[in-house]
Amino acid sequence: MEKILFYFFAAILIFAATMVITVRNPVRAALFLVLAFFTSAAIWLMLEAEFLAISLVLVYVGAVLVLFLFVVMMLDIDLAPLKEGFARYLPLGIIVAALIVIEMIAVVGVSNFGLDQVPAPTDDANADGNTRRLGLMLYTVYVYPFEIASVILTVAIVAAITLTLRPHNRKLQDPGEQVRVRREDRVRLVDMQSEPRAGREDDA
Amino acid sequence: MIALSDYLILAALLFSLSVAGIFLNRKNIIILLMCIELMLLAVNLNFIAFSHFLGDAAGQVFVFFILTVAAAEAAIGLAILVVLFRNLSTINVDDIDKLRG
Repeated sequence: MEKILFYFFAAILIFAATMVITVRNPVRAALFLVLAFFTSAAIWLMLEAEFLAISLVLVYVGAVLVLFLFVVMMLDIDLAPLKEGFARYLPLGIIVAALIVIEMIAVVGVSNFGLDQVPAPTDDANADGNTRRLGLMLYTVYVYPFEIASVILTVAIVAAITLTLRPHNRKLQDPGEQVRVRREDRVRLVDMQSEPRAGREDDA
Repeated sequence: MIALSDYLILAALLFSLSVAGIFLNRKNIIILLMCIELMLLAVNLNFIAFSHFLGDAAGQVFVFFILTVAAAEAAIGLAILVVLFRNLSTINVDDIDKLRG
């Protein structure tokens, strides 16, 4: 049963990936990419990585691929010149891909990583939950990389917003202007007579 | 039972498909970005398969970080793409030669 499921998902994954690289319309390519990510989330579930499978669906299908679709639909692209050279590079692409597959299978094939070399795990590593197990590692051993990851996400937000903001409604700072400023531009000294204090008649 | 090599070969197939995709769609930046996402997916599959078969959660933590970086990369890449399209009205790689490289 497990084998049938694996080969079923693997076939869908390979099919979806093939469609992503061959289909003419970028919108369809993005939708096939959604299918590929969903299927690999299923395969990750078979590998007992439940938390990552769910976050793949949430983060990738929910956010990144929607972003892709959004951008693809927003840009008005002329598709005809983009497909030039597809047939020309097809033989080269197939040769390189086939070479990579042959080399990788020679390294990671059954003779090196089969069931005899790497037996299937017998004890349940996720006994008290995959999320709990990941969280325990993430917030103790890997807490520093975790913080760095959050900084990276912040940088990504700032970069994406500053790149795409339109110039006319931007609250822009001009660093050159800020450096060039002199004291006279900011501070104005005013000469004026001192005023008598109000309410103190005897002083005057 | 499914062996570790089955998962690794599946990931190798996925990776080589996306390499072929970069060759075939070398004019369309959007498809190129999608191929890079597929490559990262194949690498993540390797990490999770090893993590499962070796009983070590470190592989899954690594996949978590790869997902974070990939999401940031996709966001910035698409933002650059939008700016590029706004300025040049094309996403054809051949027309993007402003830097005269």
